[in-house]
Amino acid sequence: MKFTSILTGAALALGLAGAALAQEKTKVGFIYVGPVGDGGWTFEHDQGRKAVEEAFGDKVETVFQESVPEGADAERAMTQMALGGANIIFATSFGYMDPVLNVAAKFPNVKFEHATGFKRADNVSTYSARFYEGRAVQGTIAGRMTKTNKIGYIASFPIPEVIRGINSAYIHARKVNPDVEFSVVWVYTWFDPAKEADAANALIEQGADVILQHTDSTAPQAAAEKAGNVITFGQASDMAEYAPLPRVSSIIDNWGPYYIARVQAVMDGTWESTDTWDGIGPGMVKIGEISSAVPADVKAEAEALRDAIAAGEYHPFTGPLKKQDGSDWLAEGETADDGTLAGMNFYVEGLSGDIPN
Amino acid sequence: MDLSSINPLVLLASIMVASTPILLAALGEMVTEKSGVLNLGVEGMMITGAVCGFVIAVETGSPLLGFVGAALGGAVLSLLFGLLTQYLLSNQVASGLALTLFGLGLSALLGQKYIGIKAPPTTDFDVPLLADIPVLGPILFRHDMMVYFSIALVALVWAVLKFTRAGLILRAVGENHDAAHALGYKVVRIRMAAIAFGGALAGLGGAYISLIRVPQWTEGMTAGAGWIALAIVVFASWRPWRVLLGAYLFGGVTVLQLNLQAAGVNIPVVYLSMLPYLVTILVLVIMSAKRGRAALGAPAALGRIFHASG
Repeated sequence: MKFTSILTGAALALGLAGAALAQEKTKVGFIYVGPVGDGGWTFEHDQGRKAVEEAFGDKVETVFQESVPEGADAERAMTQMALGGANIIFATSFGYMDPVLNVAAKFPNVKFEHATGFKRADNVSTYSARFYEGRAVQGTIAGRMTKTNKIGYIASFPIPEVIRGINSAYIHARKVNPDVEFSVVWVYTWFDPAKEADAANALIEQGADVILQHTDSTAPQAAAEKAGNVITFGQASDMAEYAPLPRVSSIIDNWGPYYIARVQAVMDGTWESTDTWDGIGPGMVKIGEISSAVPADVKAEAEALRDAIAAGEYHPFTGPLKKQDGSDWLAEGETADDGTLAGMNFYVEGLSGDIPN
Repeated sequence: MDLSSINPLVLLASIMVASTPILLAALGEMVTEKSGVLNLGVEGMMITGAVCGFVIAVETGSPLLGFVGAALGGAVLSLLFGLLTQYLLSNQVASGLALTLFGLGLSALLGQKYIGIKAPPTTDFDVPLLADIPVLGPILFRHDMMVYFSIALVALVWAVLKFTRAGLILRAVGENHDAAHALGYKVVRIRMAAIAFGGALAGLGGAYISLIRVPQWTEGMTAGAGWIALAIVVFASWRPWRVLLGAYLFGGVTVLQLNLQAAGVNIPVVYLSMLPYLVTILVLVIMSAKRGRAALGAPAALGRIFHASG
């Protein structure tokens, strides 16, 4: 008992000392779900971290921890960061949701930012990007370019963000190619290159000639390249090293500007708990260059769609749309509200298979 | 549901490819454990092998040299573990876990410049004549060399352990190191050799992932395969052919469920993913009972520290 109380005291003292020091330098912490070298999701968050360092120079100090599992260990990692004097902590994966809230309750003076989540508190903000806007562009290219009419989709976890992506890609692929079929494979991991490659191979062996992925590594790109005659899209990061084939385009997450703005708010004392959800228009989602392997007319069509979404003239979820079970969802011309999108747990009409839960 | 889209021949071939890394690593770990040493650092040695193999293959343009380098890399790292546990008498469990963490960090460092680079292509080797046998040919005889190599190695390890004097000595060291020492065998040296062999095979398994199965270098790309290899050794109760069976079973479950999903079969993915670990826990529970341990065939001196004066 006594020993633990000494430890707690020491930890608190350290925390206070850290906080005192941090008044000169703003300390920014990042929790990553994969390694910074994954070439995808975590890589882009780390680019955001570097952007913060570049923008503020000596005024900030950034720390990060890689490959933090989603669950109890995340709580330990964030607690350690908070005790280490971090003023603001970015937790960059969906599965950190409850750990973020638990740690935030213990450190009311530390600001927390949780990516892709939906639970907030006084010192917890959430932020995400409207990846589904990018998926609409992908779906259009995929629907136009598939020859077997079979599109494979490597999905990670059955959470709203992933389901939105599948729906958006499917709606737009079907719009340009009514015969198109989607095979969705759930791999239950964000990052496992070998498993992602296996999933890509399984889909390719069963006739898919377009592979869309919602996992973080470039392994499916490598698998597609090995198989030949298969196209893919960069996920989270440009993955340009696989262009022009198999990677024909990509969705790029651009976190830098958001991270800089939030760190600035902490410095100015104007930080407030908010919910940010930006898309192609504000620049949080970017469409990577559409490669020369895509025919000019398809490229033009995809770019027109991108521009319409950016300008706010078109919403990827515009009625008439039905749910998978045939019930009505959106009437003619009606667009989906953010609440429904944020909690999306159903497939749209035409997709086969069930969402696991 | 459309099972017709699954081609069983292609599926079996994929299972063999997916299982080869864990087969190699598990076989190496089995030999290490047969000598009475528990090295939990398989994951670290695999990832180090993956990066060494990839770097050397890219620099030399030869996948074969890459595999040689991977085996060396894995072996060198394992000798670090050997030094700690055999000469400095550190705790094997703690040293093994440290080796995993060290391997993950070291590989990330070594591989920094190699992210996004492509590996030199490997060619499949069709066994002459046999590859043309209907049905069996495509499954068994049209793979890359490493698949054949791994199976041949299982046979070799089995034969050496069962029929040769060297195998007998290795097992003696693993069963009762004091007795082996009394008979004049160099326990520590024999164990170092077994550790290095295990490290080399783990390295090969890692390189198989980075050079053939994926093929590319990404940090942390073994993603837990080393732990599965450890589980397989227990599952196989330290027998080479059962290691082969276990590896194909564990690898097979993963590939099969992905294929079933792609074919649109509604299967409980979560449970299938759990299966290998559940089986392992079960085996461990049985093993922890004293009589069960002997029945499963665990080397009696497994994990125990040997010191000549003691």
